[in-house]
Amino acid sequence: MKQFGTFVMKEFHHIFRDRRTMLILLGMPIIQIILFGFAITTEVKNANIAICDPSKDIATERIIERIKASEHFNVTTILNNPDKITALFREGKTSMVICFSERFNENLLHSGNAQVQLIADAADPNTATTLTNYASAIIGSFQQDLMTQINIPFVISTETKFLYNPQMKGAYNFVPGVLGMILMLICAMMTSIAIVREKEMGTMEVLLVSPMKPILIILAKLVPYFILSFTNLITVLLLSVFVLGVPVAGSLFWLIMVSMLFIFVSLALGLMVSNITETQMAAMLISGMAFMMPVMLLSGMMFPIENMPVPLQWLSNIIPAKWYIIAVKNLMIKGTPVSSVIPEIVILSVMVLALLAISLKMFKNRLE
Amino acid sequence: MKVIEAKNLVKRFGTFTAVDHISFEVEKGEIFGFLGANGAGKTTAMRMFCGLSKPTSGEGSVAGFDIKKHPEDIKKNIGYMSQKFSLYNDLKVWENIRLFAGIYGVSENQISIKTTELLQRLNFEQERETLVKDLPLGWKQKLSFSVSILHHPKVVFLDEPTGGVDPVTRRQFWELIYEAAADGITIFVTTHYMDEAEYCNRISIMVDGKIEALDTPKNLKQEFNASNMDEVFQQLARKATRKSD
Repeated sequence: MKQFGTFVMKEFHHIFRDRRTMLILLGMPIIQIILFGFAITTEVKNANIAICDPSKDIATERIIERIKASEHFNVTTILNNPDKITALFREGKTSMVICFSERFNENLLHSGNAQVQLIADAADPNTATTLTNYASAIIGSFQQDLMTQINIPFVISTETKFLYNPQMKGAYNFVPGVLGMILMLICAMMTSIAIVREKEMGTMEVLLVSPMKPILIILAKLVPYFILSFTNLITVLLLSVFVLGVPVAGSLFWLIMVSMLFIFVSLALGLMVSNITETQMAAMLISGMAFMMPVMLLSGMMFPIENMPVPLQWLSNIIPAKWYIIAVKNLMIKGTPVSSVIPEIVILSVMVLALLAISLKMFKNRLE
Repeated sequence: MKVIEAKNLVKRFGTFTAVDHISFEVEKGEIFGFLGANGAGKTTAMRMFCGLSKPTSGEGSVAGFDIKKHPEDIKKNIGYMSQKFSLYNDLKVWENIRLFAGIYGVSENQISIKTTELLQRLNFEQERETLVKDLPLGWKQKLSFSVSILHHPKVVFLDEPTGGVDPVTRRQFWELIYEAAADGITIFVTTHYMDEAEYCNRISIMVDGKIEALDTPKNLKQEFNASNMDEVFQQLARKATRKSD
């Protein structure tokens, strides 16, 4: 046991003496959370739009006021007639034009049917959809207010409600994803590099000749990275609660438990990579290409799994981060009880056991 | 007393026989040179003696323990140093000493006594807090050797310990080896430097997995009618059919 302690200390020395890596390891979660939380987001704010208002009456004026008040829009131009709309879009600075029909208020009051057209630049389809949704919502609310004043019977109005994330904040989606990505990166990539470094330097040979048991050598390598990942987990959770305002809706205890399970999966993956590679460069490439890319692309963090072609959906099943992200979304964002994520817990547990069994077997074979 | 014994040791990888029926004995306190061209099977043989790989057939013992049955006991009683490895670069001198002493089970108060002793003997006291990467290569090798015998093993295996080191430092390194041998530690050393081979008590030369010659440097020179060990080595190595890697 004393041997083991000495050995863990040595691993910590390796990590702490390498200032740059240390900075990356502890700084990365903070930077990623801030980037994803504030900069990289699917929300659209301050989009430049134009309004074409040939009728200029009390109704259009009210709607325009509401639109101007919205944080999503920045009204740059007001046109008097629709002729210039095409030219405006060509300039490329305008994302959407809200175009009212002539005699808007008159039509609205007399025939009860006034038209407004939303023309959006769909070169970026996501932004276009989002913007038209925002605008429709504003116009819809005006319509509703009008109805309550005039009191027309038998009106069916729909009301959309966003559960768990009423403000549609992007951070709700990214926090679980960033957690999955960071834990995977630190555990899998850093441990595999740390083990392979000893192989590359030739120190592994010396350690194997020593009376220290091989399994203890490996375990001692894993301990510091486990502690580091745990620190990162806590940092990300604190940042998301206090900076991004994403609450932990469910049980914090189970959220941490599931995260630890995922850390074990990642450590086992790192161990496996260290067995099949001989150089630090190879270990880094494999962890980067085989783990990081799928976590970003296939785990559901950025692109919905439901939209993928069926073969990719199958492929996404073997990605541990997918299950972890689902579990975190349930436990953290929706606040469902732990019983709702039992399938994910079981899948991750099976993955840990399988990966550990394979890596230890490979490690033993290599010694022979 | 025999510290290393090998009887018809064979190691095969598939159809390739890396080590082909080697037999020899090494006495306590002897400096035994283990020579051979690259690919002759030196490293494979050495790995078997260190308990890292099991022989395909034949018998062997190191420090009184069977290499097939008790590799773990062997590991406790040997030291190991190679050219490729000289300590951890990002650890300080004393931390390296502490780490390896700890791994070999040297007790806590013994560690501090031995550390001071070792640093004094090498004249390294002022380098105690230095990171190993800031030491010159020759110093590293000397330190590395001293660390490998800190737990006073019965045998120490040195795998090309002086590779890339200047002649003066090599000379000093061999003085350390002589001191250790006088202390009763058996030295098992591989080298490519033929002048170093002359420093050994006895030498074996491996060619294509077999031991082709084994005697004192003096006798070998007589036998092969050569003026130095280099000529002896050249005559034997020329017979090799295996390609070096």
